[in-house]
Amino acid sequence: MKNISGDQISKIQVKDLNLWFDTKHVLKDVSIEIYEKEITAIIGPSGCGKSTFLRCLNRMNDLIPSTKIEGEILLDGKNILENDIDPVDLRKDVGMVFQKPNPFPKSIYENIVFAPKIHGIEEIKKDPKTGKEKIVRRKPTKEELDQIVEKCLKRAALWNEVKDRLNKSAYDLSGGQQQRLCIARTMSIEPEVILFDEPCSALDPIATAKIEDLLVDLRKDYTVVIVTHNMQQAARVADRTAFFYMGDLVEYGPTKRLFEKPEKELTEQYLTGRMG
Amino acid sequence: MDTKIYKRENRARRYAEGGITGILGACGILSVLILALVFIFLITNSIPFFQSVGLVNFFTGTQWDPFASEAMWGVLPLLTGTILVSFVGAIIAIPIGLGCTIYLSELADSKVKKILKPAIEILAGVPSVIYGLFAALVLSNWIMEIFDPSYRLNALNGAIILAIMMIPIQVSVSEEAMNAVPRNLREASYAMGATRWETIKSVIIPAALPGIIASIALAIGRAVGETMAVLMATGNASQFSFDILTSVRTMTAALAIDVPEAAIGSLQYQGLFAVGLLLFIITFVINLIADMVLSKYQETYK
Repeated sequence: MKNISGDQISKIQVKDLNLWFDTKHVLKDVSIEIYEKEITAIIGPSGCGKSTFLRCLNRMNDLIPSTKIEGEILLDGKNILENDIDPVDLRKDVGMVFQKPNPFPKSIYENIVFAPKIHGIEEIKKDPKTGKEKIVRRKPTKEELDQIVEKCLKRAALWNEVKDRLNKSAYDLSGGQQQRLCIARTMSIEPEVILFDEPCSALDPIATAKIEDLLVDLRKDYTVVIVTHNMQQAARVADRTAFFYMGDLVEYGPTKRLFEKPEKELTEQYLTGRMG
Repeated sequence: MDTKIYKRENRARRYAEGGITGILGACGILSVLILALVFIFLITNSIPFFQSVGLVNFFTGTQWDPFASEAMWGVLPLLTGTILVSFVGAIIAIPIGLGCTIYLSELADSKVKKILKPAIEILAGVPSVIYGLFAALVLSNWIMEIFDPSYRLNALNGAIILAIMMIPIQVSVSEEAMNAVPRNLREASYAMGATRWETIKSVIIPAALPGIIASIALAIGRAVGETMAVLMATGNASQFSFDILTSVRTMTAALAIDVPEAAIGSLQYQGLFAVGLLLFIITFVINLIADMVLSKYQETYK
C-alpha cells in the first residue's frame, strides 16, 4: 500500500477501533493508517484519548482491568488485537517511551542491558540431524552486551556524555539525559515501531530540542508515533499529524497541510487556540 | 508603615517556627536519650557481675544455673537457645513471607487483597501469649507425631511459632515497600516485552529491596526479643545444644523466669542484667547489619 507521496509503505492500519474503560467510551471508531519510517504525531486536548490510542498499539491497555476493545489494528498486516497474539512478544517489536523519564534505579549500563538479558540473543542454528534451521535464544556474552550498550547510547546521542560513567546510577543524569537513556533502552529490543507518549512534557526547552533532533534522526530506521500536547512540536517534527477530540479522530493528514489548511472546523479552532 | 507591620509579623512567625522546631527537636533527642540511658543502666548494673564472675566464665561456660548451691554463670546455653529458635524461625519465615508479599502485592486480585491484607495485619497484632498457647498445646502434639522428639516442648516448636509470628510483620512492611515502587517502572519493564514474573524479579524486587531487608531485620529483631511465646513453647531446659529437637531456654525466657527469684542487688540480680545487656547488643547489631546492607545497596544504585 502506498501513501500520498507514493514512496511509503503502510506499517500500521487501524480499523474501526473502539475502546471502553468500564462504561466510558474512550475511543470511537478510530481508523487511521500509519506509514513506515515516518513520524506521525497525535495531537488534541487533554482527555481526548490520544494516549489511550497510543497504548493500544503495544497493548499496554491490557494492564488495566475492565478495558474492552473492538476493531482491528494491523501491524504489517497481522491483527495484533487477536487472542493468539502475545502482548509480551508484540512489545519487543513496538517499543515505548513514556511521559516522565522512567529509568530503572540501576546503573546506566544495567538499564540498557535489561531487555537483552531477559530476552537473550537470537541465533539461527542448524539441527545437525535434520538439517533444519531454527531460532535459538541464548544468553548474551559480556562483549555482546558492551556492544549493545555502546550502539544504543550512540544512537540516542548520549554516548559521549556518559561513556565514562556507565556504572553510575541512571538517577544521577539530568531529566533530558534520563529521557534519552530511556530511548536508548527502548532501542535495545530492536523494535520496528517506537511510540512516544508526550516525551518532552517534563523537560526544559534545551533538552526538548535535543530529543526532537533525535526523533528526526530516528525516522531513518524506525516508524515513530508521538503523542504531544505541544502543537509546535508536532509541526516541527511530524510528517503527518492526527487530531483527536473526545475520542474521535477528527482529522488526519500531512502535517503541513493540516496546520495550514485544516479541513475541519474543530481542527482549526484547536490549532488557533480557540478551543482546548 | 508597611514595613513595620511586615517586620512584626515576621518576628512572630520566626518565634513560632523556632518554638515548633525546638519541641520537635526535643522529641527526637528524647528517644536517643532513652536509648543511651537504657544502655548505661544495663552496663552499670552488670559491671559488678563481670567483676566477680569474669567475662571468660560468662561467655565460655556451658551451664546456666544461678540458683544452685554452686552457681553456674555460662551464658552459652541461653545464647544458643536464642540463636537456634530465632534463626531457624527466620529460615522458615523469610521465604514464606517473601512469597506471600509477592502474591499480595503483585498477583492477588483486589477482592482477595481486601480480605488478605487486613487478616495479615490482625495476625501481627495477636498477643504473643495466644501464639504461645497454640504452640504449647497444639503445635507440640503435631511435632510429637511427626518427629517423635524426646522433649514434647522443644526448640523446633519455638522456631515454628516464631516464624508464624514473624511472617505478618515481614509481609506488612515489605508489601508496603513493593507497592511503593512507582507504576512507571513497571510500565517501562512491560513495554520492553518483560513478562510479569520478569518484571517482579528484575524490577520490583530490586527497587523494593531496602524495604524488604528492613522488614526481615524487623522480624528477626522481634523474634530475638520475643519472650512469652518461646517461654511457653520451648520447655526451658537450660542446656548447651544445637539439637533442634531438644528443649532450650532462650535469653528472654531466662530473664522472665529468673527475675522473680533474684533478690535486689544480689549476684543473681546483676547476672540478669548481664544477660539483658547481651540481648540488647544482639538486637543492636542486627539493626546495624540491616543498616549497612541498606546503605551499601543505596550506594550502588543511587
